[in-house]
Amino acid sequence: MEYAAGCAAENQCGVVGMKRTSEVPNVSSALPTTQDTLPKRLDDVEVARLRADFPILGRNVNGVPLTYLDSGATSQKPSCVYEAEQHFYENFNSAVHRGAHSLAVEATDIFEQARTDVAGFIGAKDNEVVWTSNATEALNLITYSFGNASAGLGGEAARRFALGAGDEIVVTELEHHANLIPWQELALRTGATLKYIPVDESGALRMDLADSIITAATKVVAFTHVSNVLGTVTDVAALVALARNVGALTVLDGCQSVPHLPVDVKALDVDFMAFSGHKMLGPTGIGGLYGRAALLDAMPPFLTGGSMITSVTMEKAEYLPAPMRFEAGTQRISQAHALATAVSYLREVGMDRIAAWEEHLGDRMLTGLAGMPGVRVLGPDRGVARIGTAPFVVEGVHPHDVGQFLDSRGIAVRVGHHCAQPLHRALGVVSSTRASSYLYNTTSDVDTLLNAVSDVRGYFGVGK
Amino acid sequence: MNDLDQLYQQIILDHAKARHGAGLLEAPDGVAHGESMQHNPVCGDHIQLRVQVEGSVVKNVSWEGDGCSISMASASVLSELATGIEREEFMAILDEFRELMRSRGARAGDEEILGDGAAFAGVSKFPARVKCAMLSWVAAEAALLAANE
Repeated sequence: MEYAAGCAAENQCGVVGMKRTSEVPNVSSALPTTQDTLPKRLDDVEVARLRADFPILGRNVNGVPLTYLDSGATSQKPSCVYEAEQHFYENFNSAVHRGAHSLAVEATDIFEQARTDVAGFIGAKDNEVVWTSNATEALNLITYSFGNASAGLGGEAARRFALGAGDEIVVTELEHHANLIPWQELALRTGATLKYIPVDESGALRMDLADSIITAATKVVAFTHVSNVLGTVTDVAALVALARNVGALTVLDGCQSVPHLPVDVKALDVDFMAFSGHKMLGPTGIGGLYGRAALLDAMPPFLTGGSMITSVTMEKAEYLPAPMRFEAGTQRISQAHALATAVSYLREVGMDRIAAWEEHLGDRMLTGLAGMPGVRVLGPDRGVARIGTAPFVVEGVHPHDVGQFLDSRGIAVRVGHHCAQPLHRALGVVSSTRASSYLYNTTSDVDTLLNAVSDVRGYFGVGK
Repeated sequence: MNDLDQLYQQIILDHAKARHGAGLLEAPDGVAHGESMQHNPVCGDHIQLRVQVEGSVVKNVSWEGDGCSISMASASVLSELATGIEREEFMAILDEFRELMRSRGARAGDEEILGDGAAFAGVSKFPARVKCAMLSWVAAEAALLAANE
């Protein structure tokens, strides 16, 4: 099957096809042929080439060129990603895992190949990735499944997921609401106790307290890999070791790590990880849950209905093993295909090289902002690993007003509490401004931001 | 004047600093009063607003809150406008302000009715900020209803 995608860096996109291998295909003259010979990180020249794959980055906002620094909320997508969806609809659209006609067979192959590709990207096996609508649904899948086990569903095999009075769930104060509220609700449904590892006033996780918070009563430890506000990287190994010591399951929120860092779930040794498609160049409407195969197969289903059963009577049903056990109803087929295309794009550029580039951008943002009078950079002191994200507050100017001013210069950033109210409270602020970079941001994007932020206080007549 | 300058007119920035009515006033015994707490879930901003009424007259409006310059200036303007006028008159001003906010830039603010509130005309061009401007007005409406009970 031939598929020529329309990206400027066509080599990076023209890998979409039903029977493609998981090998990174040869690249054209635009780039050296293997990643080994590429520079260790991207540079502005290469980024300029990549940006041609993202048409939206060429538009104007408020009469000036767009400077997109809100990838922590959602990433922009290279044209090959949405063209992959279009290609699917034009050529293969049909329901998967049912029907004997050729289209259904081809669509099923595309759908499952996408799973293989995305699973491979995070170091998982094919049957260990469940498609969900987004990371929020992935986390709710876990908590509702555990809730069902707590109600006695799933039999003996599911008993290890059952929670009740006396059991403890541990999260952290860093969490996005999506990795907090589902656990609050699970605790309310089951009578378990929700505890959390606090942060200090700088936003650093109090790892010194973790071993007294994670106890023999702890059944689950759920925590974020990278803070969506601060961009700081959690010491996963330390928390996994503490959880293992007490036999607790581990749940990692990978929303802000999988798009920006090389992530290998087996190396991280977590039991579950939720991730989001639209933050990693993929389309909206799809995310995923990684879970160890033996765990997923033992968990009671969350959503039930078609496509997830082996046999059904009027009284009861038997369920398929994972991943299909958790994929009730018609699936996100074109989105899975497009997400696999996004993953292929990221692989081709190289996650190590992307991470190194974002480190450069992040350093420049943090250093520049920290040096400005009246600007407070949020988060622990330098030296703590961070992705290329810069959260800050401008003294005397509300983040909403900061964001509005930046928007007038074409700069898109996130303002507000970023779905992390408890963390903001711990930092002593109601809200903040967050600039978050990705592989398509240039050094000049950072400088545009810094120039604009330095004008904010003057515009609002503060600090004169 | 560009859109940003229309949004952040000097009169708005001044009110955001002056904050008329800031600081909740306790209602003396026997004075009817009502209160409302409003949140903007998008940014975490909030305002707690209290009205005291005597018969058909709004005696005063006081408030506490944390928010952007638009929401704070709006509460300040509201507090100035509402103090000492007939409730009916205040409700008419509120209707006018709400229509202005919904106009997407199509209306000029009527200074006769809105006073300093007319300066918020520029806000209506920014749909994401209308909620900021409306926060205290929604609170005042709810507080007046509560004062009836």
